[in-house]
Amino acid sequence: MANRTDPVVLQQLRTAIARLERPETAPHVLPFGLPALDSVLPQGGLVAGFHEVTGAGADVAQGAAAGLFAAGILARLPGPVLWVLEQDDVFAPGLAGAGLHPDRVIYAHVGKEGAGKAGLLVMEEGLRHGRHALAGVVAEVSGRLSLTASRRLQLAAESTGTMALVLRRQHTLPEMGQETETTAALTRWRVTALPSGPAVPDVPDIPGVGRGAWQIELLRNRGGQTGTWIVGACDAAGRLDMVSPLAHRPAAAIGRRAA
Amino acid sequence: MGEGTTSISPRVTALHDGRRRVVAGTDPAAAALGLRAGMALAHAMALAPGLDVAEAEPHAEQAALSRLALWCHHTTPLAAADGADGLWLDVTGCAHLWGGEAPMLADLAQRLAAEGLHARLALADTPGAAHALARYGAEACIAVPPGEQRAALAPLPVRALRIPADTAATLRRLGFDHIGDLLHAPRAGLSRRLGPHVCRRLDQAMGAAPEPIVPIVPPETLQHRLCFIEPLLTAEALETAIAAGLAPLCARMEQSGQGARRIDVLFERVDGTIQAIRIGTARPSRDAAHLLRMLTERLDTIDPGLGIEAMRIVAPLAEPLRWTQQGADAAPDVSVLVDRLCNRLGSERVYRVAPVESDVPERSVRRVPALAEPGGVTWPDSPRPTRLLHPPRPVEALALLPDQPPVAFTWRRRRHRIRRADGPERIYGEWWRRDAETHAVRDYFQVEDEDGQRFWLFRQGDGVDPATGGLSWYLHGLF
Repeated sequence: MANRTDPVVLQQLRTAIARLERPETAPHVLPFGLPALDSVLPQGGLVAGFHEVTGAGADVAQGAAAGLFAAGILARLPGPVLWVLEQDDVFAPGLAGAGLHPDRVIYAHVGKEGAGKAGLLVMEEGLRHGRHALAGVVAEVSGRLSLTASRRLQLAAESTGTMALVLRRQHTLPEMGQETETTAALTRWRVTALPSGPAVPDVPDIPGVGRGAWQIELLRNRGGQTGTWIVGACDAAGRLDMVSPLAHRPAAAIGRRAA
Repeated sequence: MGEGTTSISPRVTALHDGRRRVVAGTDPAAAALGLRAGMALAHAMALAPGLDVAEAEPHAEQAALSRLALWCHHTTPLAAADGADGLWLDVTGCAHLWGGEAPMLADLAQRLAAEGLHARLALADTPGAAHALARYGAEACIAVPPGEQRAALAPLPVRALRIPADTAATLRRLGFDHIGDLLHAPRAGLSRRLGPHVCRRLDQAMGAAPEPIVPIVPPETLQHRLCFIEPLLTAEALETAIAAGLAPLCARMEQSGQGARRIDVLFERVDGTIQAIRIGTARPSRDAAHLLRMLTERLDTIDPGLGIEAMRIVAPLAEPLRWTQQGADAAPDVSVLVDRLCNRLGSERVYRVAPVESDVPERSVRRVPALAEPGGVTWPDSPRPTRLLHPPRPVEALALLPDQPPVAFTWRRRRHRIRRADGPERIYGEWWRRDAETHAVRDYFQVEDEDGQRFWLFRQGDGVDPATGGLSWYLHGLF
């Protein structure tokens, strides 16, 4: 009889269970490159699956920072990207500034009819297209997202190993404050712009605009803890950066609570 | 229409009409001497000494005319031979490819001339009018504007109406020399005296009576027709039928190494009308599942009425499709997805964006087809917002002239105090596009408010010269 606490046996069992739990091939995981964030995520990064991103405050309707956050994630994945739009206000040079080359992005403009359904339908079409055919699909949708719809999208994203990012853009008051809504998303992120530090950190008197600062809130995290971090906005390669302690706010996580 | 000749000697073709030899066709030189088709060959040879006579081959000529009709498919898919010497081309919906009807006719005339043929071309609303103008009109190449065939036909002789020669002779005896005379004559009398033929031809030429052209289909066009024992009514039944029809079509495309760029399905209803759905693909495809899925998405536009008794699947546009190696982990082709999205949303709503060399932000992007060749270029590395508002929203802003960023601005009744700013980035109007932009200047500022939200503002005018703009402020984008 082998030792009951033999770490090798334990590890083998864990692997076997993990294989039963997940699809036959290992999911594609994209780390943020920031230990503080990656350590909270169960797989050490964003799993190719269904994720929600939303803005904060006035940016809930515009989704400017949230859009850049999504572009930064996809910029770090290889392959073409499908970007589903309800309103045609994405400015491609801005996305290119986060490292998402215009040749990679196919836009599908679904219009506002159908109250968000059309966008999700096209998103599912993209997600089901084929294994690793697309790097990811972004859908900018307004309106509610039901549990059933989100579960469909999660299954579609999981089956093909495609990153699915839903950018929630609320326009009317009843739609606001739905971050408590239950969906099948693996994670839900809220991106809030924060006052940034000086353009040249060593010389605060020089005017200008430097790298933006974001507060990244992980509001939902399936199988992991939530958290809040303050990071430097996407750079030209789509990477986030931990803000140095010189900035006005503490760099460490502001607060954490169990999921 | 005839073969152009370089020889000066007149030439005719002849055939046997019973025991006589008659002229079948003439070249321009012979026609100039007064020789006409149908006159006795002996008479013709007497009129034109040294006449070059060749044996007519009616079957070969008809076959050549059909080949010419197929050759005209570069202009329109609806072409047919007309009699022994004419071609019908239904160019409805084709002229825009040439930028209008006149350029299209000029192109066709030039192509025909390049083939050594000289042709008379007439374009009109009705086949009858085009037929008359091509043969009896004054100009060799004429396009009659819509609805004006009445005026165009009025001066032509009555035999231009495609009526038998003796009817035309009777009309002339009655004093009707021109079509214009017939237009005002009482129809009852004409019909009683000459039969319904004259009025019918007149109506066909004026557009009052329909005259369909039966187009010649290229023999190599891929198509498959299915007839149903019972008329089909439900979408599920039609879907099954399309699948059944696609399979042999795709098999044939595979044999010929082709893929469809366009698939038409024509449903023949019990009441005799035809309804059609059409899909296009961005790249040639013979993937039956893919084509079926796109076709079934279109099925809801079909009204089966009392039932559909036959169906024809045509691939009017097919292109060579090479075999490609499909490895186990090869990424699926994005073109299949693009096809589906294009068929669902419309091809203008599925696109990529490519840079344009313009400093004016709203002009620096242009839409290109989703599967266009990657340009490989991106925009210059200057900060640009994620969202661009069009049109730019006017805001109220407080700023020092000439080149200070605003201290605060108000947008949507909310006041934003500015903490950090970059600028100005001066962008000049493009005088070669619009006169109004000759002196126009925009000064762009990237600003961050006290909450950290970043905006892209611009001021019209450089703050010194009033001609450059009225100094009003606009919000153009959000970071």
